[in-house]
Amino acid sequence: MSATTVRPVGGGVRGWFAANSSGNVRAVVERGFRVVGSQNWAIIVSGFFEPVLYLLSMGYGVGALVGDVTGPGGHPITYAAFIAPALLATSAMNGALYDSTWNVFFKLRFAKLYQGMLATSLGPLDVAAGEIFMALFRGLLYAIGFTAVIAALGLATSWWALAMIPVALLIALGFASLGMAVTSYFTTFQQMDWINIVLLPMFLFSATLFPISAFPEAVQWFIMALPLWHGVELMRQLSVGHFEASTAVHLTYFVALSVLGIAFTTRRLRSLFLR
Amino acid sequence: MPVIEAHALTKTYGELNAVDGIDFEVAPGESFGLLGPNGAGKSTAMRMIGGTSLRTSGTLLVNGLDPETHGPEVRASLGVVPQTDNLDPELKARDNLLMYGRYFGLPYSYLRPKADELLEFAQLTDKAAEKVDNLSGGMKRRLTIARSLINDPSVLLLDEPTTGLDPQARHILWDRLFRLKETGVTLIVTTHFMDEAEQLCDRLVVMDHGRIVAEGSPASLIRQYSTREVLELRFGSERNAALVDRLRGFATRIEALPDRVLLYAEDGEESLAAVRRDGLEPVTSLVRRSSLEDVFLRLTGRSLVE
Ligand SMILES: Nc1ncnc2c1ncn2[C@@H]1O[C@H](COP(=O)(O)OP(=O)(O)O)[C@@H](O)[C@H]1O
Ligand SMILES: [Mg+2]
Repeated sequence: MSATTVRPVGGGVRGWFAANSSGNVRAVVERGFRVVGSQNWAIIVSGFFEPVLYLLSMGYGVGALVGDVTGPGGHPITYAAFIAPALLATSAMNGALYDSTWNVFFKLRFAKLYQGMLATSLGPLDVAAGEIFMALFRGLLYAIGFTAVIAALGLATSWWALAMIPVALLIALGFASLGMAVTSYFTTFQQMDWINIVLLPMFLFSATLFPISAFPEAVQWFIMALPLWHGVELMRQLSVGHFEASTAVHLTYFVALSVLGIAFTTRRLRSLFLR
Repeated sequence: MPVIEAHALTKTYGELNAVDGIDFEVAPGESFGLLGPNGAGKSTAMRMIGGTSLRTSGTLLVNGLDPETHGPEVRASLGVVPQTDNLDPELKARDNLLMYGRYFGLPYSYLRPKADELLEFAQLTDKAAEKVDNLSGGMKRRLTIARSLINDPSVLLLDEPTTGLDPQARHILWDRLFRLKETGVTLIVTTHFMDEAEQLCDRLVVMDHGRIVAEGSPASLIRQYSTREVLELRFGSERNAALVDRLRGFATRIEALPDRVLLYAEDGEESLAAVRRDGLEPVTSLVRRSSLEDVFLRLTGRSLVE
């Protein structure tokens, strides 16, 4: 990217904050809420309906062909109930990544929105935190909506299904923080397309639409290293309220991903916003 | 304490030295200019002052603080007018001012009357509820300038402030900037318009290819690098260059441009008379005072606006 050597900012943690933040994340969030009404409703609405349409077509269409499948803990569940939690995890991922990559890239390079913000006492940390907050807020609305659809269709069999909502936020946080860091390396829209090239196969193979046991063991290990698989499995266990040791592993995976993603974004903050 | 102290300030993009080791200081209340053609590195220097672009090397202090390590604190007292307007297209005109003030952490009780006052200042009161996209280029520029004043800055960075404004709007803006200067605001202006530099700047640096090639007040630069007057002669494009040698005796210095020949002299009319006595009759002739344009031509061999 730029040849600028990023000098370390002095004074430890406090010095780092002085360089990157005025602590006014609130103003960025305030702007986010103010423009919600004028945003592209087609994108917002399609973000909600996409998993619903998948659920209706695949869940009930393909479901009619395959009948019941093996759910968490070896209990049989309908095909629709099998894929519904996976679709929620996928939609949390997609929404968060859209906001933290395409949206951030566009506002940075084309709308020049961040240039305006960063000319004030806001720092890059304030802008990044505010934007991630807005992405999570939108993710929250989607998660509530889709969980309600799942419940209305009778596909959630446990009160634990409500926990899918905060877990969707955790998944979104992991992907959003990672996505923003990755965006700092991109300079053209063409490079942004690589994100989709990674995402689509991850969606198709992460045990979303069929069990991971369909693959040879070596492939299974690869899939189990990918974040979406952990999100999918975690959601699926919550939807029926079945827990085992792997539940903790999935949860830990996403907590770790979020921590690493935030650390990564934090390191890339100045490269992303200050050029 | 100087408002700005830059030493060996450098910014490199790949192989290109956009800003190539410049030194300058700006005193409080001063109106300081960066004059230079496109690509000279003016905007890059401005972005480094605001701490929104990281320098490659050198030191820079703004109000005694390094904008890279104290960006938010430095910018709290800065007003920034970027070269290209970056108004928030999703907000209405007045809301642009309010939200921008919120980014500074200012309360609405302060911002509401301030926004109205600034809309008045920018003659946009009747456009308060208009979407930014519906404003003309000149209106957007005025709104951007108004926005830069929302936090009552003590230092105002204006990057080509009057680009896109019509002549009348330019003069109104210059007048407003004068009034701000009278209240003690330090102005830092970049421009490639010499008349703007002459109007606005107490002192300026002439930049070319990332370097400072001269520094001084407009008048002293003209005194130092040019003569009092300039005689512009046109003999037709094919004859201009051919006549240069013959004209040399009539001026301190000569510049042959494609469309005209410039004769630098203390008394232009007298030189013109001498040229005519020598039997040369230009198609057109014009005597004018030297300007910063002539200073730039002298220093770089090129025109400021190409
Ligand atoms: N972000 C950037 N990446 C690469 N090159 C840049 C960037 N910004 C400016 N430049 C280059 O740096 C030089 C100086 O640009 P700039 O500071 O905009 O000049 P000015 O404002 O005097 O016209 C130009 O050659 C320009 O192309
Ligand atoms: Mg410029």
